[in-house]
Amino acid sequence: MVVKVCVGSSCHLRGSYDVIEEMKRLVKKYGVEDKVDLQASFCMGNCQNGVSMLADEVLVHNANKDNCEELFLTEIYPRLSK
Amino acid sequence: MADNKRLFDTAVQKLKYDVLKAIIRNEYEHCYDNIYMDIPKEISPGPKATMRCCIFKERAIVQERIKLALGGDKSNPNIVEVIDIACDECPIGGIFVTPACRGCIVHRCKEVCPRDAIQIIDHKAVVDKSKCIECGKCTQACPYGAIIHQKRPCVSSCKVKAITVGEDKKAVIDNKKCISCGACVYQCPFGAIVDKSLIMESIDILKKSDGGKNYHVYAVIAPSIVSQFKYAKIEQVVTGIRKLGFHQVVEAALGADITLYHEAEEWKEKGTLTTSCCPSFVMFVEKNFPELAKYVSHSVSPMVEAAMLIKRTDPKGKVIFIGPCASKKLEYKLPKTEGAIDSVLSFEELQAFLDARDIDVGSLEETSLDNASFYGRIFAKSGGIAQGIADVAAEYGVEGVKPIAMNGIDECRAALMKLKMNRATENFFEGMACDGGCLNGPLCLTHGPKNAVDVDKYGASAKEKTIDNSVKLYKLSLGNQDEAPQAKE
Repeated sequence: MVVKVCVGSSCHLRGSYDVIEEMKRLVKKYGVEDKVDLQASFCMGNCQNGVSMLADEVLVHNANKDNCEELFLTEIYPRLSK
Repeated sequence: MADNKRLFDTAVQKLKYDVLKAIIRNEYEHCYDNIYMDIPKEISPGPKATMRCCIFKERAIVQERIKLALGGDKSNPNIVEVIDIACDECPIGGIFVTPACRGCIVHRCKEVCPRDAIQIIDHKAVVDKSKCIECGKCTQACPYGAIIHQKRPCVSSCKVKAITVGEDKKAVIDNKKCISCGACVYQCPFGAIVDKSLIMESIDILKKSDGGKNYHVYAVIAPSIVSQFKYAKIEQVVTGIRKLGFHQVVEAALGADITLYHEAEEWKEKGTLTTSCCPSFVMFVEKNFPELAKYVSHSVSPMVEAAMLIKRTDPKGKVIFIGPCASKKLEYKLPKTEGAIDSVLSFEELQAFLDARDIDVGSLEETSLDNASFYGRIFAKSGGIAQGIADVAAEYGVEGVKPIAMNGIDECRAALMKLKMNRATENFFEGMACDGGCLNGPLCLTHGPKNAVDVDKYGASAKEKTIDNSVKLYKLSLGNQDEAPQAKE
């Protein structure tokens, strides 16, 4: 699965880099390095609900470094096994 | 007229702008039957000529400007071109004694002349052209200011002596010497030297994206933009650019962060390095100091670095650079850029584009702009990279960097001469062709000392104070998820 974290200006100001770091940690923690390709993206047009992530076709809203694990477990991890 | 004053420094810029605006409008609204007939009449309505000897000449020159706005002479590889009929054949008299000479008895002009080129004949000073070296000392010595130095503004603006006067008295650019810095474009008082525009290519890219349905078009904006649109906030300009059909606006300063990182690494290997972000400076080294070309950094410019980053995250995307620079219009075609940039626009062209599309930037909502660090943003001014490299090197534990900022071609020449003779005390050479740096680029809307203040403010407002996160992003985009080298706190 390709997971793109938005690094456009709006998301950057809300802390995209923290989210990227957190995602890197989570990918390692749950041992899915071979299943997740973490990338960056410039603007997903979802600036109102940043930080945005795109997990294949699914848009994940309002990520931050504190809720990242929760979002990872509810939105991303379940889709990986398919 | 107040509006025009607000936008530009000179009437020549306004003229170029009027032509660009008209052809852009036509591209979207098809408002002219024949652009070569209708636009000149609109710009020079007559019946009296306001700029030249007659309206017919004015209109003929506007036709030439239209050609340049549409891309100019494709057979000429240079981006800067002379409009022959617009060149006013300025006098090249050299040192010239005007009738203001009072025939005094002190003869300071004669005394000060190092070549004994001034004689007093019938009480008046007379210059012997065969001896005169045009040093200009007599012009300053005369208490009446009666001696003047007649030099063509294009010739004096050209620091690489690429402009000569042809047999027909028209200015001629020697492409072998020209570094496309564009100084003459801004300096010619008749607007006879003009940069070719890529506006048509850019509009084509935007139109074919069909509002982002087919692919995304990204604007990479040079940091000097903050000093340009004085009547609006930079965040409003970003909104304006997006309204033109761009998907996202990304700071070239983000690329500058990455360039800085590469340069620090490269310096560690080589020990002596010059920057490579100013394409005119690189051309200057290649043409005038070929033996020093090995020291020119292999890192690509911030413009290209930012574009490559964008294309790695969005391979189908297209990138248009918007900046103050004439030579970027050449650089983007160089093989080392790997086609990362699809077109280049100037700030002048951006202003014309916005106005042709009736986008009133000052009334728009704001879109945030923040991709880069403090250092990336101050690349726009002379001394910015020198300041950045010292701090970044320290951050990454590289020691011994001694930077020098070479501000404008004259300073570049002097410092490189020392380097060539092994007399340089510095080992990192920041080269910028324009005096003051990019914020005084030839295709800026406005030029002036306040621009540097604006760039500093913009730098200081960056959320990121180090290049760390930009470097991490760079590595992520390469698919290398290893930690970037940790910066020391």
